Amino acid sequence: MTAPAATAHRDRPGGATRRPTVVIEPASGWSALNLRELWTYRDLLFILAGRDIKLRYKQTGLGITWVVLQPLVAAMIFTIMFGRFAKLPSDGHPYIVFVFSGIVAWNYFAAVLQRAGNSLITDSKLITKVYFPRLAIPLASTFSAMIDLAVSLSVLGVIMLVYRVVPTWRLVTLPLFIGLAAVTATGVSLWLSALNVRYRDFAHAMPFIIQVWMFASPVAYATTLVPERWRLIYSLNPAVAIVEGVRWSVLGSSAITLPMVLISAALALVVFTGGAFFFRRVERGFADSV
Amino acid sequence: MTDVAINVEGIAKSYRIARALGRQPYRTLQEEVIALPKNLWKRALSRADTMETFWALDDVSFEVRTGEVVGIIGRNGAGKSTLLKLLSRITQPTRGRAEIYGRIGALLEVGTGFHPELTGRENIFLSGAILGMRKTEIARQFDAIVSFAEVEQFIDTPIKRYSSGMYTRLAFAVAAHLEPEILLVDEVLAVGDASFQKKCLGKMEDVAGEGRTVFFVSHNTQAVRQLCSRGILLEHGRVVADGPVDGTMAVYNQRLRDMRVDAETGVNNPENRRGSGAVRFTGVSVEDMEGNERYSFEMGDSVRFRLAMTVNTPMRGLAVVVALRSGLSREMVTSARHVITTDAVPAGVSTTVVVDFPDVYIRPGEYPLYLQATEAIQSATNYDVLDDLTPPLVITGGSSRPHDNFDPAQPYGLFSLPSRITAEQPASPEAAEAPAGNRMRPHIMR
Repeated sequence: MTAPAATAHRDRPGGATRRPTVVIEPASGWSALNLRELWTYRDLLFILAGRDIKLRYKQTGLGITWVVLQPLVAAMIFTIMFGRFAKLPSDGHPYIVFVFSGIVAWNYFAAVLQRAGNSLITDSKLITKVYFPRLAIPLASTFSAMIDLAVSLSVLGVIMLVYRVVPTWRLVTLPLFIGLAAVTATGVSLWLSALNVRYRDFAHAMPFIIQVWMFASPVAYATTLVPERWRLIYSLNPAVAIVEGVRWSVLGSSAITLPMVLISAALALVVFTGGAFFFRRVERGFADSV
Repeated sequence: MTDVAINVEGIAKSYRIARALGRQPYRTLQEEVIALPKNLWKRALSRADTMETFWALDDVSFEVRTGEVVGIIGRNGAGKSTLLKLLSRITQPTRGRAEIYGRIGALLEVGTGFHPELTGRENIFLSGAILGMRKTEIARQFDAIVSFAEVEQFIDTPIKRYSSGMYTRLAFAVAAHLEPEILLVDEVLAVGDASFQKKCLGKMEDVAGEGRTVFFVSHNTQAVRQLCSRGILLEHGRVVADGPVDGTMAVYNQRLRDMRVDAETGVNNPENRRGSGAVRFTGVSVEDMEGNERYSFEMGDSVRFRLAMTVNTPMRGLAVVVALRSGLSREMVTSARHVITTDAVPAGVSTTVVVDFPDVYIRPGEYPLYLQATEAIQSATNYDVLDDLTPPLVITGGSSRPHDNFDPAQPYGLFSLPSRITAEQPASPEAAEAPAGNRMRPHIMR
């Protein structure tokens, strides 16, 4: 056993050659993302995402079928209501294919918002008991929702096969639009999740926000319904570029234009960067206020 | 000369707490918006806020060298857990600075991140990753973890089907296979049964033996004494003693003794003092049969508790409970309930009762006291509870027999009940032929 260092050693052993692994001091102001630290915790990120996926369908009779069922039922209702009765235009595609492609894109976006938004509250026990980059918690939702997206994309493939819609070369741009969806949704949910720690109001507002947002986005209707001169302003809603972008790459055509995509992408970047800085600023207080 | 593992300089942490019956700690947006003009106004007038600042830690400095095993002791609310949360980076300090040299592993609870719906296997990976292990590391240690936890058969069963013992073993096994250079441990030992506690203590001794730094927070003085070479005593967020563990412990016990229990002691500390306050203890002393106040007794001594109390609101009768906890597991070792009166007691009555425990044959160790004043009828309501608020009852061995000395690694038990040999089978053929007079006589042993 080593002798207890009862008397304070004020000299610095090891001199300047030994640098501390961690320095703990009060931080103030804004700090950037610590990507290197996040990278060392990448295993945790994916294990958390895996946990979300496993938990979602544990002890359910239908299991992963729910991922298929939900958008299918929604697409059928939209097809009957908007396609048959209201006769909304679908840019020349069969309405069900049109609406399902929109739902697939939108559902991913909404799922990330919903899961990530509440994630810090759900995992509050972790936050108060262990240190790890808190960013891993909402980010895990971004990844776990990808599995649902993959499943519903393959359902879309089947529907397209049934309706004989053949994708064009534009399909290769699909990952870009999914990436845009991931960045935008993550950016928004960084704000939502961090605010939710302090103001639980956001937990109540979230379903409402998501619902309103969906009707403000071209899921059940086409962007062509919006007068042309308003479209650039319309695309300030980043979900427009996501939904119509996915549609464009999968079905081969939609009313989306490059300036619209660029506006949405720029906005997404602003929201994401702002969200990341905001999250970093308030995460210091999470353990004390969650 | 060994290297520094932890260097803490003037660290402090304040919390803003709502003043008595004030606002809830988290506010709603509406509240905030409505309060905004008022708050701005207040700030402009630099008037006191409705929140007050509470310093959980105040200017704490110390240095820990690699390989040291340091125990942080102190009462509830002294700042022990806050210190651990700061060092493990869960929260940030308000002032000061700490430097950590080496990979840190913090065990602030057993089963961090465990999810009941997931299987044992999934939880090992989940909990391991949360505690800071890489996936490959967990995979490498997987078999060792499973066999340490003794759950091989159930590894693919959701842990909600585990017994609580299996759950705790698995949780500890994951934590035990974390290989940090600096290990921070909070009251982990406060859960589980005595044998689990021993397993934990044993594992921590191993860790300490490997030359790693251990930082152990507990109000389990017995475990601290067993494990640590150095003790740091915290009181109201400040370091009041730092040095060899025995010295620090002596300071701690002296401070406990100096603190007289009265009607107000610890009332703001619901972990130690609970109850409606319909009756309050106004004085507690532990004495020998001659009436001298003592805290340390030899095994077999008689112990007297003198309890003074005042009734504040009318009660249906009055009863007291005197109980001893285990210094290791905090389980109740024994308790005695005595009804003083079954008649209604009006407010304002003060009384003193004396409870004697003759011939206490409890094995040496430290036994925190649990005292309760209540109505004569058994009910779920607490009236006044003093839980580990007074110094623990210390039983010393004073004996050369190993069973009578404290050793957490040995399951000797808590009590020394009288036992004796009353019949004897011949131990060998010669013994069988020996004349009856030469036989060992039955004798009584304690």
